[in-house]
Amino acid sequence: MTPVPKFENAGIGSWMVRLFDAIDEDNLGWILSLARRCETLFGTALVDLVPSYTTLLIQYDPLTFTPDEARAVIRRAADGLAPENGPSEAPVKKIPVWYDPTVGPDLPKLASRWSMGVDEVVELHAGTEYRVYALGFAPGFAFMGVVDPALETTRLSTPRQRVHAGSVSIAGRQTSAYPAVSPGGWNIIGRTPITLFDRQRDEMSFLQVGDRVRMVPVTKGEFLKLGGDPTPQEEA
Amino acid sequence: MGSEPVFRVVTPGPLAMLQDAGRFGVRHLGITQGGAADLHAWAWANWLLGNAWGAATVEVTFGGLVLEAVRGASVALTGADLGVTLDDVAVTPWQTLRLEPGQRLAFGSPRSGLRAYLAVAGGFCAENVLGSLSAVGRERLGGHDGEGGALAVGDVVHGMPEDDLAVDHAVRKVPESERLDYSELPELDMIPGAQIAHFTGRSIFDVFNKVWEVDNRSDRMGIRLNGPLIRGAVNNMISEGLALGAVQVPPDGHPIVLLNDRQTIGGYPRLGTVTPLACSRLAQCKPGTRVRFRPKSLEKAHRQYAEFLRFFRGG
Repeated sequence: MTPVPKFENAGIGSWMVRLFDAIDEDNLGWILSLARRCETLFGTALVDLVPSYTTLLIQYDPLTFTPDEARAVIRRAADGLAPENGPSEAPVKKIPVWYDPTVGPDLPKLASRWSMGVDEVVELHAGTEYRVYALGFAPGFAFMGVVDPALETTRLSTPRQRVHAGSVSIAGRQTSAYPAVSPGGWNIIGRTPITLFDRQRDEMSFLQVGDRVRMVPVTKGEFLKLGGDPTPQEEA
Repeated sequence: MGSEPVFRVVTPGPLAMLQDAGRFGVRHLGITQGGAADLHAWAWANWLLGNAWGAATVEVTFGGLVLEAVRGASVALTGADLGVTLDDVAVTPWQTLRLEPGQRLAFGSPRSGLRAYLAVAGGFCAENVLGSLSAVGRERLGGHDGEGGALAVGDVVHGMPEDDLAVDHAVRKVPESERLDYSELPELDMIPGAQIAHFTGRSIFDVFNKVWEVDNRSDRMGIRLNGPLIRGAVNNMISEGLALGAVQVPPDGHPIVLLNDRQTIGGYPRLGTVTPLACSRLAQCKPGTRVRFRPKSLEKAHRQYAEFLRFFRGG
């Protein structure tokens, strides 16, 4: 059913448009479709769009539109909305991951907490097809879901000061990979050799909202051949 | 047009970096806004020199910066009074200033406000990174080095060759009424948001009736406030986009006003949005400063900000 957009005041030059109340893979097509239409209708008066799980934050130039006018434009964009390409049509992006305690120190801990072998954890994590629901936290950091319920976990009670670039991590039923060295509170279970964000590239972010993603387990040798950095991840 | 060295950094102070109007059109990639934390003072600095909207300035936080002019330069100084001297002679802020080669411009410590803006005729030059020169250290984007760096000893800051500019040497001053007194207790305009209904009546009363104190865990990402604990019914909200000035309340009950370098999405409930000009004012508040909030309608706030933009940016 076509979602009915709810408008929430998000300050000057901003509307928060709520399309859904709960997270669902089908939300993405609708949210991205509304984003494309807003790009067209606002034209150069569009300042920024931030899609997320259930919402689209639309920022426009306050000298071009009053809040009421901007809301009317968004209403027009939402009129007769059709979802963008469904999950089956988007190409699958593959992320090679070296799942290993040296670069993913939380892997053995989580496995024992869940009474599983490390291999089982890897199988479950790499056996699920994920979608990118949002980019945020840092440039190119993709919030992907949905992680198998058996792998659901809380964030670390104390975030690590320094998480290595490429660290593949889980929190709640979400998974992601850190594009650059940063502090971080997600559980780290492996590392990808892929450069997730590079501003010199045409597609700066390797992952985009709406992408379908699969993790592909690789050996240390393959990881190194793909240019991976095997520096061990510090515990804290 | 090329650029040429204008200043050499003798002493960097705690935090001095290039900032312009901010980085836009990239929020969907998780890239933050950045830009001058005090847009009001930044805009006046550029206005004094006839620079176009968007020109990059040096944002000096806390003071301590000492610059040596490599060539003659027309500059303007606005924002916080950081006890600036030119070759040891006190300089009055909110006006233009002419520097001769070899002269030293030194920022002392905060007397009133926290962040000063130093503009140069034609604007400072650096690599344009995703549409902006604004430095964001965490993201390694922008700044004089293109990598988000703050100014360091020996760094050289570039500007446009003066021959290419019609430099007006007459002293220009910001009208008295626009020079803000940062020592006054600020009343910050907040536009209540949809989620304010999720907070308790007592908490909503407190937001607009109590005095709040700026916590020392405050930076360009956000200003944490101490006061009565704010309680709401929503926890575990789904993450969504965050606008400048969004006032989020984490489970500990201490509101945080999100500023220029904020994370792009977040999942804490929000009381509303502090207006851009109130964010500018808040950015001048040192830890321990007391502030108040007053509710403002979206329409009124919009009209006020549109007037500001029309004056400085045109259109």
